[in-house]
Amino acid sequence: MIVASNLSKRYPGGFEALRDVSFAIEAGQMVFITGHSGAGKTTLVKLIASIERPTSGSLVVNGQNLSALRRSAIPYVRRHFGLIFQDQKLLFDRSALDNVLLPLQIVGLGRRESIRRAQAALDKVGLLDREKANPIALSGGEQQRLAIARAVVNRPAVLIADEPSGNLDAESAGQILDLFVDFNRVGVTVVVATHDPHWLERYHPNVMRLAHGRLAA
Amino acid sequence: MMAWLSQHRAALARAFGRLLAAPLGTLLALLVIGIALTLPGLGWVLLDNLREIGREVSAVQQISVFMNLDAGKKDIAEIEGRLRSADGKWRFVSREEALKRLQASEGMAEIVASLPRNPLPDAFIVEPARSDPEALEVLRKELAGWPKVAHVQLDSAWVKRFDAFLRLGRLALWILAGVFAAGLVAATFNMIRLQVVAQAAEIEVARMIGATDAFIRRPFYYYGALQGVLGGLLGGGLVAAIFALLGGPVGDLVALYGGNFALHGPGLLHFASLAGAGGLLGWLGAQLSVSLSLRKLD
Repeated sequence: MIVASNLSKRYPGGFEALRDVSFAIEAGQMVFITGHSGAGKTTLVKLIASIERPTSGSLVVNGQNLSALRRSAIPYVRRHFGLIFQDQKLLFDRSALDNVLLPLQIVGLGRRESIRRAQAALDKVGLLDREKANPIALSGGEQQRLAIARAVVNRPAVLIADEPSGNLDAESAGQILDLFVDFNRVGVTVVVATHDPHWLERYHPNVMRLAHGRLAA
Repeated sequence: MMAWLSQHRAALARAFGRLLAAPLGTLLALLVIGIALTLPGLGWVLLDNLREIGREVSAVQQISVFMNLDAGKKDIAEIEGRLRSADGKWRFVSREEALKRLQASEGMAEIVASLPRNPLPDAFIVEPARSDPEALEVLRKELAGWPKVAHVQLDSAWVKRFDAFLRLGRLALWILAGVFAAGLVAATFNMIRLQVVAQAAEIEVARMIGATDAFIRRPFYYYGALQGVLGGLLGGGLVAAIFALLGGPVGDLVALYGGNFALHGPGLLHFASLAGAGGLLGWLGAQLSVSLSLRKLD
């Protein structure tokens, strides 16, 4: 469960990206955050993923207050999230399989079990036959699916995506959404920042709209 | 525990991978480290050789104990008794034997024959068990205090000078090693800084998906230490090669002076120490570099 209370974020320089945002996302929910460019979507995603820290207010994820977290505890909290970025942040100096193995190396899982789980994650996103390929050889949609495989390989409780369909055609975007739906069906909480109209139409009851850093009614 | 081991194994494998990924760059880096460690290594092995020469020469250090001319058999027996209870070897040279030896010397026969009486005293030649300058000096003073002993001769000045030279050599070696160690740390610092810059994307991604600072730092530490160990072994190899080249000519030179000294190249201890020092300094350079470089990436 994710509970935000009067969450604000002001960046150095004075720009206030979020102002007094409060909401609650139940465990197992699938929620879309939308709004115009600069509305605060990415900032909110980064706060939930503990990549940024709030200036004020509190943010509690699975009973843990992220606002009061010690710096040394942040990496361990991040391991509970699966993060997907618009630019995927894949590593192009290694194969698709090695990209997916990275989160498992971070938690120190054994090599054999890591490979088994990474291959299962690649299979889930339909990329098992491309495990040896360098990400640069993959299409935009495949790269995004690879990023999803890396995000889910650690079996996170929460999947957080920032504009995951941003650079994709309608068909690839549809495949990505289907994957999110699949993960949500098995109990994973999914939070997606997007302005994709097709997704928002399909899931309009679960949409949080941001405008100028505030949660719109 | 298994996770910790697995992470260390993976970090070590990544460090090896990075070393092998750029063989030419790695070779050049190892040469820089190896050459930096060669000079102190060379000095160290050379000092060990000099110390050995000093030990061999000072091992036959003798003290001559000359008795009074009026010393009788009872006095000689007293000194013999005291020497028997002490460590080391000794032998008695009677005044008659000493005169005979003098007579046997070239051009001395006539001079000795013209002497009205034997001017030489009875003497003891003592070879002490301990031959360090301090112990010899203590023994000399003790022997001089024994009854009917007229004079005790110990030519230990050269031993003291040699010892002082070795001490100076050791100090110079430590200074040299310190300077080269600083150079090695600086070289590793720069190599690791470039590695961190090259790995910036991976570091960013790893941090976002839950990597701790320790996880990010570890491969760089292993990289620095591995590079240092391999560089140290290369330095040891260079020292061995230099000693192998010098061994023949030095042996020939010593033979011309009637000696039979052979140069000893670096042993296992030297190799292990150079590799260990290289590894430690590489790790230190990596730690300094990673700490500063990661702070910049924050």
